[in-house]
Amino acid sequence: MIKIEKLHKSYPIGKEALHVLKGIDLHIKEGEFVSIMGSSGSGKSTLLNIVGLLDEHDKGDYFLNGQLIKNLNEKKAAILRNKFLGFVFQSFNLISYKTALENVALPLYYKGMKRKERLIVAMDYLDKVGLKDWANHLPNELSGGQKQRVAIARALVTKPKVVLADEPTGALDSTTSDAVMDLLKDINNEGMTVFVITHEEEIAAQTSRIVRLKDGVIISDELTKAAKAI
Amino acid sequence: MFDLDRWREIFQSINKNRLRSVMSGFTVAFAILLFTLLFGIVSGLSNSFKGAFNDDAKNSMKVRVWKTSKPYKGLQTGRRIQLSNEEYNYVKDEYANKIEYQTARIYKNFTIKYKNEANNYNIRAVNPDHQFLEKTIIDEGRYLNESDLKGKSKVIVIGRLVKKDLFGEKQALGKRVNVNGSSFLIIGVFSDEGGDNEERIAYIPVSTAQMMYGNNNHIGQILLGYNPDLSLNAAIAFGHKMERDLRKKMNIHPDDQSALSVQNMAEANKGVGLFMGALYAIVILVGSGTLIAGIIGISNIMIFVIKERTKEFGIRKALGAKPASIVGMVVQESVLITTIAGYLGLSLGTYILTLIGDSLEADYFIKDPSVSPIIVLGATVVLVASGLIAGYLPAKKAANIKPIVALRAD
Repeated sequence: MIKIEKLHKSYPIGKEALHVLKGIDLHIKEGEFVSIMGSSGSGKSTLLNIVGLLDEHDKGDYFLNGQLIKNLNEKKAAILRNKFLGFVFQSFNLISYKTALENVALPLYYKGMKRKERLIVAMDYLDKVGLKDWANHLPNELSGGQKQRVAIARALVTKPKVVLADEPTGALDSTTSDAVMDLLKDINNEGMTVFVITHEEEIAAQTSRIVRLKDGVIISDELTKAAKAI
Repeated sequence: MFDLDRWREIFQSINKNRLRSVMSGFTVAFAILLFTLLFGIVSGLSNSFKGAFNDDAKNSMKVRVWKTSKPYKGLQTGRRIQLSNEEYNYVKDEYANKIEYQTARIYKNFTIKYKNEANNYNIRAVNPDHQFLEKTIIDEGRYLNESDLKGKSKVIVIGRLVKKDLFGEKQALGKRVNVNGSSFLIIGVFSDEGGDNEERIAYIPVSTAQMMYGNNNHIGQILLGYNPDLSLNAAIAFGHKMERDLRKKMNIHPDDQSALSVQNMAEANKGVGLFMGALYAIVILVGSGTLIAGIIGISNIMIFVIKERTKEFGIRKALGAKPASIVGMVVQESVLITTIAGYLGLSLGTYILTLIGDSLEADYFIKDPSVSPIIVLGATVVLVASGLIAGYLPAKKAANIKPIVALRAD
């Protein structure tokens, strides 16, 4: 599903260049539940952004669903994101003046689905994350956990191939965190590839494969106990 | 293409961000309001100028004579100049192709009497063309004609107010009145847009007057309407040439203005035209300045708004929005706000103009202040264009920010 070979990325800082990713090789198969671990500055967010087509890499190859990602313009990237990828962010990134239902329906709008149809589909997904009764509330009327569940519903609504979650539990307490992780597990059990970034061991332990990043290189890549148990 | 979903997105965005929408709208509305008022008042001023010359035909010229002020060819100053049929016919023959209408005019002041009613009136002895030069409107009967002139008939055309004075509501046409002791037949009643004074006079044939009052061929003035095909400059040149020719013919010093002069409406028209042109130029300058200030105002607000929404655009792009769809959304919103606000300003301006229109006419020489449809159309184009520009440039910039950068914005 995701295949990365000798990936490099650096950011210019003044005249110097900050080399963030130094030759990453990573292969994630369809249906995997992977977490990327690392301290801040390890390059894990950069990796996710590149995988999510939110940023471009400098060197190396990136194949998404077998397609080589190269010289994408914004329009093509937008189409691919809409088709293959779902995002869950640490800060939720809901649109503040839209209701929970409208937020979930937004990706379908960009997909070109009719309003009536997309509201039905969106309601379906809100129901899945247990927020049907909150459909017409604005984000600021929801708790953090509820917001993240809305964001997950929004990430799933286009039936993407991969769900990318950047510190999905970073802004949540431990109980809500577990609820969110359970939700991601359920999604994974339905066959969707899930790609989580975190710096918390407990969160990573709930996934099936942990990739550890340090200073822009992979230092370990192993299956978790949870995965081995299966 | 009409995209209901797009409009829904836009209305939601406007509705949820009322303050900034109202603020950006206000800038445009205010600019258009000022623009409308400015244009309306100047067009009112222009209407007044045109109205001031409405009494007489636009192409009228007048040959007038007084006394010489310069000696010439042995003739002394202070000589009294007298126009006569000779000059009248000379002008008629010499400039036939440059003249549309021509009439002589003799002023008299006589008592007109009908039964027991009598009053003093200005009497003008004229040729039939006078009707067109003075824009006399015939209410009843007819104006003087050539056979009245030939026959030196004792016929009279009286003004509306003369009829009112002497006859009240009764029939005047066909009655005989006593003018300075002679009996005249009333053949017509007229009105005139020039005001009451122009309706308290009477017209008789010039030939009749010459025969009855002095038995000579003298006339007071020669009135002309120059050929309307002549350009303003050609008409002015014609006036100057006629002035020179007449002075030469009557042995007057070529520069003696106070002996004989031609008063030419073409010169006045040119003056008014230049003045109004300058005024409009100033208004267009100030007006477009106001509009540009409005456009800059809304551009500033749009830049701020788009900065504020950068993160939202980042989210939308992460969810699959193409850059064009974001630019389109912002531009459409901006055009919508500018157009609605602009029309509010325009309507308010037009409304204020109609409200104050009447009081302005009395006090400030401004008549019917209003904006023409062409101005309205032009303003609409400017509005839509300014909305486009104000929205497009910053939106284009925002849409090209990488989503990762946009998402980090706060």
